[in-house]
Amino acid sequence: MANVVYTECRGGQRFWTLFAGLVVLVMIGAVSALYMEHEGHIVTGMSNEIVWGLPHVFAVFLIVIASGVLNIASLGSVFGEMHYKPKARLSGVLAITFLVGGLAILVLDLGRPDRLTVAMTNYNFRSIFAWNVILYSGFIGVVIAYLVVQMTKAWVKFTPYVGLAAFLWRLTLTTGTGSIFGFLMARSPYASAVLAPLFIAMSLAYGLAVFILIRLALETSASRALGEELLQRLMRLLVIFIGSVLYFSGVFHFTSIYTAWRVDWEAYLLLDGGLYSLLFWGVYVLVGTLIPMAMLYGRTGVTRQREILATVMVLLGGFAHIYVIIIGGQAYPLKLFPGYEVTSSFNDGVVARYVPSLPELGLGLGGAALALAMAMMAMRLFRLLPKGNGESYGTAP
Amino acid sequence: MTDRSQSCGGSCGCKPEAETVDESRRGFLAGAAAAGATVLAPGVTLYAYGTAEAAAAGADPKKRWGLLIDVSKCVEGCTGCVTACQTENGWKTTGKPATDPQWIRKVTLRDPKSGATRSAPVMCQHCAEPPCADVCPTGASFKRADGIVLVDRHRCIGCRYCMMACPYKARSFVHEALEDQKPHAPRGMGTVEGCTLCVHRVDKGVAPACVEACAQTAGAIMFGDIADPKSEISKVIATYATMQIRGDLGVDPGVRYRNL
Repeated sequence: MANVVYTECRGGQRFWTLFAGLVVLVMIGAVSALYMEHEGHIVTGMSNEIVWGLPHVFAVFLIVIASGVLNIASLGSVFGEMHYKPKARLSGVLAITFLVGGLAILVLDLGRPDRLTVAMTNYNFRSIFAWNVILYSGFIGVVIAYLVVQMTKAWVKFTPYVGLAAFLWRLTLTTGTGSIFGFLMARSPYASAVLAPLFIAMSLAYGLAVFILIRLALETSASRALGEELLQRLMRLLVIFIGSVLYFSGVFHFTSIYTAWRVDWEAYLLLDGGLYSLLFWGVYVLVGTLIPMAMLYGRTGVTRQREILATVMVLLGGFAHIYVIIIGGQAYPLKLFPGYEVTSSFNDGVVARYVPSLPELGLGLGGAALALAMAMMAMRLFRLLPKGNGESYGTAP
Repeated sequence: MTDRSQSCGGSCGCKPEAETVDESRRGFLAGAAAAGATVLAPGVTLYAYGTAEAAAAGADPKKRWGLLIDVSKCVEGCTGCVTACQTENGWKTTGKPATDPQWIRKVTLRDPKSGATRSAPVMCQHCAEPPCADVCPTGASFKRADGIVLVDRHRCIGCRYCMMACPYKARSFVHEALEDQKPHAPRGMGTVEGCTLCVHRVDKGVAPACVEACAQTAGAIMFGDIADPKSEISKVIATYATMQIRGDLGVDPGVRYRNL
């Protein structure tokens, strides 16, 4: 029975330089949000057709990552995979910080962010959005409890139970995130129950990818080395997860093609969608899925650089995938009069145009930076990281 | 397995165990807590706001207000209903159709097989089962007892989920600061709005502005209580074939179209 020794990070020059860089990005995000709130959304690329823009892509990406990154902890305390247990604390903290980063973007992109208290005191329980407010805040609470029982010697015995609760909560949370789009019955690019499991698969893949990259970044300190065998396990898991995203994405699009009123949208996205087709096939399918799969498939000859590159490509593909779902789905015109060619002063029948503005990019990057900066601060303040090689530990509690 | 939180002695850049009582960390935590409280305090200021329930008070649950639009009478190129709505409710276009408010718009339809064209106004369809009200997290989007679908501008947080859910592109988000608002049609930057069926007029027993304007030219729009079988609008609906836009969705719009 081996001991796990957890320590804080003091950091050093590189640590604080990176942290300062992230703080600058957070400030840029804050200034962007203030600018948008003061001037109105007229300064963004969003419109009455593309009502959710680049900030939502960032927010959904971060929220999906938040629930997925917790899976590392779940592997230890729910599925009994002892090798992952020492990573559980970092996994839990990242889950919280990425969720906070994503939610910060969502809140600051509201037309009236000053009315946050209204959103917290008026719940329409028919709305999946309202349920998500509860799911998101509850998730933070459950994961904090999960961290506390892990880090309190007397309560360690409760870890499997709280871990199971956190695992079930995260599944429900991502189901809720996918359902935000799945419940939009009038829009042919959405309106599918498959979006919920697709979002869960995305969370597994992109959450794991983020965990791998952050863990490798921490490896710069020799005593934080990530075991090679464990890394290879994570990489094989990543291949399985991005394969499952491709599977659910395939099911989603095949069922849409089979549905008469949605086939036009599929023809647009898959063949004639210009930027959206390019992002889907080129960036998501090819760069973000097939090439990383090929790069990581072999068990020998996979270098560390190749692993990092493949993981970055997975995240790039994931971002493009969510961009296509959110922006591409809105750009495609609503069909009010099937069978007719429609024109109007409100661009009926026309694919909506969207060019993200700098404040939107600033807000999105600010939210991502906030997630990372909070994670760094947590690593500085709390004993989250195992000292030494992260592989040779005993059984899960 | 025993978890033990201890330090590595600082060899890897971590804090040594001897520094377990970490004053700098305590100081940082205290500072962070103070900063957090400072940032959050203004956010918890309570608002005095009117409620959707208050706005809906007085609506008669026995009525269901609706419109019937005879497309064969609607003149292509005529925008009298749009202009009347703008004048009545104080919204205007600024040449930016994607971000301008569009409470009501004229749509031109062309049958690609026959080449025949039709023209019709499209506005909030005042659904019996409004998707906008279903998805609204705060309940700002709501349906009055008499079927009129409205937005409580004091409760709207500007999330735009109702715009995603509306099958008719009938809602607009106020993208920029407003001037010269009408007292009976309050609007606000950062909130969502749409056709109110001129609820302020209806409550006084007057038809909506678009109906009044169209009556002076084409007479294509009829207004009335579609829940009352004796009303003129109900008699026409009972006599002639009419349709609802995207009636297949099952949201039961209160606006019907004839000769489409």
